[in-house]
Amino acid sequence: MSSAPGARVTTPGPLLEVKHLRKFFPVQKGFARRVVAEVRAVDDVSFEVHEGETLGLVGESGCGKTTTARCILRAMAPSSGQILFRTRGGTVVDLAQLSRKELRPLRPQIQMVFQDPFGSLNPRMTLLDNVGEPLLVNGLRDRWARRERVADLLRLVGMRPEYMHRFPHAFSGGQRQRIGIARALATEPRLVVADEPVSALDVSVQAQVLNLLLELQQRLHLTYLFVAHDLGVVRHICERVAVMYVGQLVEMAPATSIFSRPRHPYTAALMKAVPVPDPRVPSGDVALQGEVANPANPPPGCYFHPRCPFAIDVCRTDPPELRVVAPGHLARCHRADELSLEGIGPIDATARVG
Amino acid sequence: MTSKQFGDLAPGEVYGSQGLTPLLSVRGLRVSFFVDEGIVRAVDGLSFDVFPGQVLGIVGESGCGKSVAMRAVLQLVEPPGRIVSGQILFRPDPSRVIDLAGLAPRGASMRAIRGAEIALIPQEPMAAFSPVHSVGDQIVEAIRLHWRQWRPDGPPLTRGEARQITAELFRDVGISMPEQRLDAYSWQLSGGLRQRAMIAMALSCKPRLLIADEPTTAIDVTTQAQVLNLLRDLQRKYRTAVIFITHDLGVIAQIAREVVVMYLGRVMEQGPVDDIFHAAKHPYTRALLRSIPGLQVTPRVPLPIISGSLPHPFNRPRGCPFHPRCSEAIRGECDERVPALQPVGERQRVSCFLYHDVEAMS
Repeated sequence: MSSAPGARVTTPGPLLEVKHLRKFFPVQKGFARRVVAEVRAVDDVSFEVHEGETLGLVGESGCGKTTTARCILRAMAPSSGQILFRTRGGTVVDLAQLSRKELRPLRPQIQMVFQDPFGSLNPRMTLLDNVGEPLLVNGLRDRWARRERVADLLRLVGMRPEYMHRFPHAFSGGQRQRIGIARALATEPRLVVADEPVSALDVSVQAQVLNLLLELQQRLHLTYLFVAHDLGVVRHICERVAVMYVGQLVEMAPATSIFSRPRHPYTAALMKAVPVPDPRVPSGDVALQGEVANPANPPPGCYFHPRCPFAIDVCRTDPPELRVVAPGHLARCHRADELSLEGIGPIDATARVG
Repeated sequence: MTSKQFGDLAPGEVYGSQGLTPLLSVRGLRVSFFVDEGIVRAVDGLSFDVFPGQVLGIVGESGCGKSVAMRAVLQLVEPPGRIVSGQILFRPDPSRVIDLAGLAPRGASMRAIRGAEIALIPQEPMAAFSPVHSVGDQIVEAIRLHWRQWRPDGPPLTRGEARQITAELFRDVGISMPEQRLDAYSWQLSGGLRQRAMIAMALSCKPRLLIADEPTTAIDVTTQAQVLNLLRDLQRKYRTAVIFITHDLGVIAQIAREVVVMYLGRVMEQGPVDDIFHAAKHPYTRALLRSIPGLQVTPRVPLPIISGSLPHPFNRPRGCPFHPRCSEAIRGECDERVPALQPVGERQRVSCFLYHDVEAMS
């Protein structure tokens, strides 16, 4: 497998480097639309994505994972920070600074796969037009050439090219997600941002789409930023995992490391909350209590301390830094070194089961 | 017919489960939708039992008819759909047996049962609550409508009494500051609180049977864990029977005692949760379990998949509904005849020709 760690082609730098990304939404009130507060949707997030790897971005709804993804796509402008992207030519550009016009030539290189396979395809367009639209926008005006390319793309995602004259309603959720993937791949992107691409799908269909994503990654040497909340899926597909809580990264590590030994109590709680498909494994009794902190008015100290079973005095007053706690393993917790948290099993130990 | 099939049991007859009489017995239920393009057989001969105080999990992928079947139990199937045949036998007490399938959906007797004896926790609490009435008022309304559930012989409950009960319920489902929250609107509550309020509403008339239709699908895992714990505690406390519908095998494993696996409107396999997960018999159940990306699978290696896709509803395959996708299908057998749900071993039932002789069937 070309994507196995260690076998990767060494590149001069990461494909994507996000530095101190912030996205604040103003809370307005009254007639004059005075700004009374700010929702810190993304608050100082930094990470790298290397070429050919899959980084999982995990967290509960409202944690800022989708906002982060949208800033990278420049579907919205970040409040501050840098989004350094290595273009095909090898030059590094800061997507956060570019104007709409300057972004246009770069957009084909970063594409998105959406969560909802029903809402993300235009119901009035045939597959040919849905998948061919990005080609048309990017200058492939010849109808026959476009048709050829769409046929190739449909074949690539395991759909029959004969279907290209049909409309999306004729297809099931899983097939539509394949169409969405074909459309994302139309412009030969290097970075694919997948926002919950399988969470709307049934288990059996989910497996098919996950297999397709893995296969495409190997064939086309794609880089994925995989936004998801399902840790089972993330564990299966991601090489590195970043966990977000109230707009901040709280932990980031290789998948093997984070799943066998999480260092942040929030990550451990997330893992514990996932219902294990085995009745012999008792469900964790200590489910996380309380609710996610309000990003407009986060608590002092560590944002997680009101829900954290391990919180001590320092957690209530001093905000912890994201720091290295083990090789390649970052965590934002005062007690990361002393706590011994339970993951969902070491990956190697289960590798024998086929 | 040589052997007595599960679906042929008479209403009084008892099948398994320590000689208890089931609270709800569904027998050969068929629900079809009659649309212009043809007939969609959403539920096609469904049979199962729910015993008092039991949590029955019904698991299946979208389109398997699990939600339609539950709407049929509550007589909420809307045209062009209707119950074609079958019985839904409900026993509120040992002496009474009511066939819900025979009741008029809008009749007084069905309305006295719906919401009171059998309650529903819907999937989307946001859509289920009215946005223009406070959640407290909506629950108070339900309690006052079904006041006999609280005071069988006394006078109807007053608003104040019903409000008192609602506040108690809110406390039971772990809503802090219940008095204030009674006056909140559904859109002011977070997803977790909204689902708790929904559970309070479902329990507000002391139902004997609670139908939870994917109650945790729309919420986060941490909140899901809280809601599942809550349901488990309340179920133990009130000894309510629960039918828990989900497509999430993880949730089923953690909450159900007995599991029914559905595919295209039929039961493929049924049994105690441990047997379903550790000794699954039906090829569909086994394939479904294999396709979960979880602890049993090596990361980044292709998952075993179920080949093909769900057939179009108008295009039901002949014979066993799963045979076109089944890796163990017997040619000339599975594509010709429909297997019946029959016992395999002591506690499981499977509808698959791999386990039943053809002779015994015909």
